[in-house]
Amino acid sequence: MSNTLNVVLAGFGGQGLLFAGKLLAYTGLIEDRHVSWLPSYGPEMRGGTANCSVCLSDEPIGSPLVLNPDALIAMNQPSIDKFAPEVTQGGVIIADMTLIGSVPDAPQATIIELPATQMAEDAGFKQLANIICAGRLWAETHFCKEETLFKAMEKCVPARKANMLELNKQALKIGIES
Amino acid sequence: MAEKVLMKGNEALAESAIRAGCRFFFGYPITPQTELAAYMAKRMPKVGGTYLQAESEIAAINMVYGAASAGARAMTSSSSPGISLKGEGVSYMTGSDLPGVIINVQRGGPGLGGIQPSQSDYWQATRAMGHGDHRLVVLAPATVQEMADLIFDAFDIADKYRTPVMILADGMLGQMMEPVTLPEALSPEDLPAKPWATDGHKNKRPHNITNSLYLTAEDLEDLNIERYKRYEKIEAEEQRAETFLTEDADIVLVAFGATSRICRSAVRAARDEGIKAGLIRPITLWPFPSEAIVQTLDTAKAYLSVEMSMGQMVDDVRLVVNGSHPVEFYGRTGGVIPTPDEVLSKVRQMASELDSAKGGE
Amino acid sequence: MAEQKEEKVVFQRPHALLPVVTNYCPGCTHGIVNRLVAEILDELDIEGNTVGIAPVGCSVMAYNFFGCDMIEAAHGRAPAVATGVKRVHPENIVFAYQGDGDLASIGMAETVHAATRGENITIIFINNAIYGMTGGQMAPTSLPNQVTQTSPYGRDVSTAGYPIRVCELLSSLDGVAYLERVTVDSPKNVRKAKKAIKKAFETQRDGLGYSLVEVVATCPTNWGMTPQQAFEWMRENMLPYYPLGVYKDVVAEGYADAAEAAAARAAECPIASHSVEGGAQ
Repeated sequence: MSNTLNVVLAGFGGQGLLFAGKLLAYTGLIEDRHVSWLPSYGPEMRGGTANCSVCLSDEPIGSPLVLNPDALIAMNQPSIDKFAPEVTQGGVIIADMTLIGSVPDAPQATIIELPATQMAEDAGFKQLANIICAGRLWAETHFCKEETLFKAMEKCVPARKANMLELNKQALKIGIES
Repeated sequence: MAEKVLMKGNEALAESAIRAGCRFFFGYPITPQTELAAYMAKRMPKVGGTYLQAESEIAAINMVYGAASAGARAMTSSSSPGISLKGEGVSYMTGSDLPGVIINVQRGGPGLGGIQPSQSDYWQATRAMGHGDHRLVVLAPATVQEMADLIFDAFDIADKYRTPVMILADGMLGQMMEPVTLPEALSPEDLPAKPWATDGHKNKRPHNITNSLYLTAEDLEDLNIERYKRYEKIEAEEQRAETFLTEDADIVLVAFGATSRICRSAVRAARDEGIKAGLIRPITLWPFPSEAIVQTLDTAKAYLSVEMSMGQMVDDVRLVVNGSHPVEFYGRTGGVIPTPDEVLSKVRQMASELDSAKGGE
Repeated sequence: MAEQKEEKVVFQRPHALLPVVTNYCPGCTHGIVNRLVAEILDELDIEGNTVGIAPVGCSVMAYNFFGCDMIEAAHGRAPAVATGVKRVHPENIVFAYQGDGDLASIGMAETVHAATRGENITIIFINNAIYGMTGGQMAPTSLPNQVTQTSPYGRDVSTAGYPIRVCELLSSLDGVAYLERVTVDSPKNVRKAKKAIKKAFETQRDGLGYSLVEVVATCPTNWGMTPQQAFEWMRENMLPYYPLGVYKDVVAEGYADAAEAAAARAAECPIASHSVEGGAQ
């Protein structure tokens, strides 16, 4: 069986889930793996629910649309309600408990309850809860080398927003160490 | 070796078109192809090219008509409803023997339909993009890398045969990011000369005319016959398909674009269960790669066309198979993407039918 | 043999008008206007770098008549086709020759948008208030109560709406540099029309913006009149509805070109009155 990780990142538009997905995708690019990143698009991405599918694999990727994720980052209640039951056996769920009231039953998966949005606010960058979740996902699954994760962040943050790079890296660390 | 980058399909199409020598893009916003236009708007001014947001898809294709007539590599893109509006222009381009590239990042229809991925413009692209006797070369990429690569082929085929070429993608391919190595850019001297172009005769030659009007029936017939000779050549030389595990396959799936990726997963899963499945992925939808199917006729027991539509390409599969084998169809439509599991169930069902037929012999 | 007298050429076919038989009806004004355009191509010595766009309508076969490179466009799309050509070869002179149905009905969107973009092209617009090629149907410029095949009881404005005055409509657009309405019913007016056409091509040559000359014309065949009666009907009915004259001339208004005139008009609008940064290198 090939080494594959299929991830769904879901929440509200504006939480940076597509960006966090891009971060995961870039790790695959750097490590020369097969990668796909597929956003949900259309009206629902403007302020409504937003999600994206990321596949990291050593083999060519079939469908880039992830229906049964090995890992789920959920940053609101509708997202965790929708996707938690779909997570694969032995999968991981990162739930932002600042925004989620209750986690539905998902005995097949490991559930990490993390007050990511609160943690981000406490650290002084409340926009980066997405990255804290991504850091924690890495800590749980080690989907790439640690240095790759930080290199990927350098690729994701555009040069003109260089000041954001440090904050993003800090958020990653907070997530990894959470 | 050029660097691998992560790009959306829509963006890869745009960047690669520029590298293929396209400096004139005329478009109109429509989901899910808008990133392509937005990328062009950003990049074209930086490479001395033209991005123009036309007043309509009709105007956009006619700007392509003008720019192509003037000798340039020109392109337009849209999604299903907008492509319908381009039908007129594509027919005129064909009738005037003008090269050009049209990209359709398909969404569900008919009418305004939806904005999710679809393959339900297959008939439109391969049968009836416009009025009159004509064919349109249609290329169907399945990965972001292939989107980048096929743009070069599209422009080359267009120039070589003086015909419009369509790239038939879909919302999934357009929106998804994958690693891609962009082809190296052509320089202007790599582009073919176009002595037929209407670019001003400089008092050195008789005037060139771009035209599709022929009021004498026999003249028009002659021209159409000549054009169909070119089509025969295209059919003989430009058919492309990829095959996957077809050599010993009992059940041969046929799928293009995004659906072919799903089928690949399904074929693998079927093999894991001991079902001998294989996949033919047409890369040219017209010319339809009948050769690839013919090569499997001796070994295959049944065919399955999988599409994001109510069943369109299945007609072409049946035309090739011509009644010698059962040809079945599985599809989802309206923007619903079939899952590998759904396809696998269909394959299982066909396998058990084949088994019981054998048992009954 | 008679004594040879030195001959002086006083009239000849313009070089830019090919020696071919046209398809125009007897008494049709297209022939006059085709010739005027060709004379201007000769006088400005631009035939070799001009690309003309023929419409769908009675002048559909103009691609066979003009000596410059020619393109036949789909119905109404000539301004879009001209835009494509001009963007590829800005140094070329690009003109479209269009009738009223082509320009003001099926192609109105292309017309308005090419004008508002300030495409540096020239449009020669023949307004004869009827669809000639298809046999005399109502045009967007057919007059109220005018009888045509598709307004057999006269154009009823309560159901068919009003005619479009193209020069007036386009004169509000900032991309337009020069607009004039002329006619060709008399030698004097033919000379005036030629001057206007020349000015339109010069406007393009000098890169000032979009230019259009509307020629109020006749259609003796479909109006069911002799050429002379047609001119009289035109003078009596069309000219009051479509008054002759210059509708826009940014140079006469004291501006260098359409862009400068547009900027002056938008001077009170902060975002519109500074140039865009970035873009081309």
